[in-house]
Amino acid sequence: MIDIFGVPLPALLGQLLLGLVNGSFYALLSLGLAIIFGMLHIINFAHGAMYMMGAMFAWLLLDRLAIGYWPALFIAPLIVGVFGIGIERLLLRRIARLDPLYGLLLTFGVALVIGGLFRTLFGVGGQPYSIPPELSGAFDLGFMMLPKYRAWVIVSSLTVCLAAWYLIEKTRLGAFLRAATENPALTQALGINVPIMVMLTFGIGVGIAAFAGVLAAPTAQVSPLMSQNIIVVFAVVVIGGMGSIIGSVLTGLLLGVVEGLTKVFLPEASAVVVFVIMVGVLLLRPAGLFGRSK
Amino acid sequence: MIPTDFLRVANLHAFYGESHVLHGIDFTVRRGECVSLLGRNGSGRTSALRAIMGLTGRRTGSIMLNGREIIDWAPHRIAQLGVGYCPEERGIYAGLSCEENLMLPPRVGSGGMSVEELYELFPNLYERRHSQGTRLSGGEQQMLAMARILRTGARLLLLDEISEGLAPVIVQRLGEVIRQLKKRDYTIVLVEQNFRFAAPLADRMFVVEHGRVVCEIVQDELDQKREYLQELLGV
Repeated sequence: MIDIFGVPLPALLGQLLLGLVNGSFYALLSLGLAIIFGMLHIINFAHGAMYMMGAMFAWLLLDRLAIGYWPALFIAPLIVGVFGIGIERLLLRRIARLDPLYGLLLTFGVALVIGGLFRTLFGVGGQPYSIPPELSGAFDLGFMMLPKYRAWVIVSSLTVCLAAWYLIEKTRLGAFLRAATENPALTQALGINVPIMVMLTFGIGVGIAAFAGVLAAPTAQVSPLMSQNIIVVFAVVVIGGMGSIIGSVLTGLLLGVVEGLTKVFLPEASAVVVFVIMVGVLLLRPAGLFGRSK
Repeated sequence: MIPTDFLRVANLHAFYGESHVLHGIDFTVRRGECVSLLGRNGSGRTSALRAIMGLTGRRTGSIMLNGREIIDWAPHRIAQLGVGYCPEERGIYAGLSCEENLMLPPRVGSGGMSVEELYELFPNLYERRHSQGTRLSGGEQQMLAMARILRTGARLLLLDEISEGLAPVIVQRLGEVIRQLKKRDYTIVLVEQNFRFAAPLADRMFVVEHGRVVCEIVQDELDQKREYLQELLGV
């Protein structure tokens, strides 16, 4: 058997794969955060709550209405997206012109309210959510077994990230978005309905978080406590560069892999490695790896 | 034909937060006319254009555009009535290419110039169409800011200090463009500090001081009132 630095190859590849799966979640979640920050200048602390709601709605749809995984993959993000639009219209719009700190505090409050509500209604116990039959089992790659669901998580996350990148960088709607991000007042004075774009951006951003939540449901116990994992995603966004779409996606994947490899070679450090990298990046390149300093 | 007011600004007050910047400004612009707002720095000319576009804070008074009261309208709705705004700082987007900048504003009326016509009017833009917006020179950025609103079919152009900081040859070129636009029956409001640039182009001139209009001069009176005007403007 081949060893790399004393670690058997299949074990290393297994961790690498797990890292890639985690990285896919980081990429999806930081993508939503980056879109929202780039366009609205809001540090959305409720992002983890939206991710949790995605998973919880997937479980509720199955448990209460017998609606399975595939429809839930569309329905849960839609519900959470509409909920996000409500929050943007009713709350965030009122503080749009103020310092971003107000947005952070407000969304932090929203996250606490949502978390509390879900804990009261459904308790903190984890609910099982099974992998859909089409995705159970594994591919035998010869040198390792690749669980189908993990492959699906990686492929679907990357597809969503790629689609978002294409939409933002290569379409006319994306040009509107980029213009509104750079100079919202002028963009509106040129005839573009910026308030509605802001609303939709927030809806899509939190919808992507909910999509990640549904994807995560079969990989972990579904519970209102899921939202606590979000802190590491904020670190990913800071490392990638606040507001940089492509930066947050690539950094998400990269850090997932780095975390996976740390678990193999230095397991004690795996929980903090992302934060150590964040400190290093902030010291050496404060705008982030892909951010533009102003 | 009886000239009709396309834009009528009456007793317009505008604020930036607590700061009161327009103190009851009044002026009218007839369809097809070129009007210039002249004045010293800080007199309120730029704020007047921004207030018309809905870009200042609170506003009171009246802004009638083509017979409609627009004082409470959001900026995008005002633009969609056929208003093209060219801001003082030019507002070229760094994240967009020259051509993306050009194609960005949605159409707000029929009869906008085609991209070919615009490239004919501003040949430099054709050569630089793939460059990033802010890699263009000051003159090219100004031409792009103008071209951008001419494509949309806007019939009322609000142009803020378009000659500022540009080489004389480019200022001359912009003057020619304004003359061509006048021939095409565009309605134009020129905010200018450069009296020599604005005076030959404007059918009427309004001098703004302390956020209100203190003097109106029509083109025919220009020669006899030149000294008075220069005194007002401190030229």
